[in-house]
Amino acid sequence: MQQEVVLAMLAKEPSHGYQLRARLRQALGPLGDAMNAGHIYVTLTRLERAGLVAAEPPTTARDRPDRKTYGLTPVGQQRVAEWLAEVSWPKPDLAEFHLKLIAAAAAGLADPLTIVDTQRRELLRRLRDAQRAAMTEPDGSDAALLLEGIVLRLQADLRWLEACEQSWTGRGSRS
Amino acid sequence: MRDTADTAVLRARGLRKEYGTGEGLVRAVDGVDLDVASGETVAVMGPSGCGKSTLLHLLGGLDRPSSGEVWLGDRRIDQIGERALARVRRTDVGFVFQAFHLMDELTAVENVELPALLAGRSRSVARRQAASLLDRVGLADRAGFLPSALSGGQRQRVAIARALSNEPLIVFADEPTGNLDGAATVDVLRLFDSLSEAGQTLVIVTHDARIAATADRLISMRDGAFVDETRLTGGSTGQLGALVGLEG
Repeated sequence: MQQEVVLAMLAKEPSHGYQLRARLRQALGPLGDAMNAGHIYVTLTRLERAGLVAAEPPTTARDRPDRKTYGLTPVGQQRVAEWLAEVSWPKPDLAEFHLKLIAAAAAGLADPLTIVDTQRRELLRRLRDAQRAAMTEPDGSDAALLLEGIVLRLQADLRWLEACEQSWTGRGSRS
Repeated sequence: MRDTADTAVLRARGLRKEYGTGEGLVRAVDGVDLDVASGETVAVMGPSGCGKSTLLHLLGGLDRPSSGEVWLGDRRIDQIGERALARVRRTDVGFVFQAFHLMDELTAVENVELPALLAGRSRSVARRQAASLLDRVGLADRAGFLPSALSGGQRQRVAIARALSNEPLIVFADEPTGNLDGAATVDVLRLFDSLSEAGQTLVIVTHDARIAATADRLISMRDGAFVDETRLTGGSTGQLGALVGLEG
């Protein structure tokens, strides 16, 4: 989990670690299941050390130390604003796969179509998982929207594999 | 081949379909062996022109192979007479097509009950079954609508209900989501999933990865032959997390 995500989740209002976790789980649905609570606390501690968040003093004597409330510092607010303005997109490793096919064919090490089939199997497994997860989400859930993004991305990758398949079939690499 | 021989609902051996002669000879289906177990969902994927629709027609008795065998349950159907084959198509198998193929002048419930009536069921039994099938596909409230008053996704769900009319051994679907948008595709995916849960055997040919990914087993077809086969099990949402930038 990126530090900025934890930071941004605090932008609404100062929160306890467990509240943060609940917010993330709500937004991520089944994808948030793998997220462990310890990781959030470690991130909060790091952010505190970096001066991006500050633990607010307990409001009552009954507040336990592990229920510290964290809020953004001005520097933290600045960082969140920058992060929101950043353009980022995970890099798909298309070039690596592409070069794998070319190298395999050039050296006669493997049939590119076999590599394509293997890759397709893996992507279809992920697509199956994403769809199953999406189908169990109620209509209009935040997590369903994220899962739809995964499904569309996998479909795009699978379409590209079809193009790879067609191209490499045309080169007559398989007799 | 695999240990499904005892429970295979559908078996094909050495299936071939050729068109034309000499230089113009096209091997649309070129030596296919297939076993589909009871309750299994099998998807056949491949580029257009790979022979997957022709294969589906041979398996479902819509067309006859040039050579090879097709067994439905314990009955060989590739050599039986025209009338017997028509009966097989009416009662033992159900079809779902890309273009729905509903009768435009009949309401949803009339479309769904048609195969039952053709199979000799009484009007009241056929109507009751049709109503319950429409309920199963979530369209009980659209029973009296003509196809023209239904969305594409709803039409396809009516077509699926119709395919189930005579409790077929197997349902064949040819690009069932080919004419549907994303939301309607998800409805059809959900429906196939629930049919599969209920033990319905399904064979789907498609180039839509979304529908292929719902299958238990996926077969890739090229130039009339099977070139790859895989079970789509394994994987986890943990790996999905990595796809959207969430590390565990």
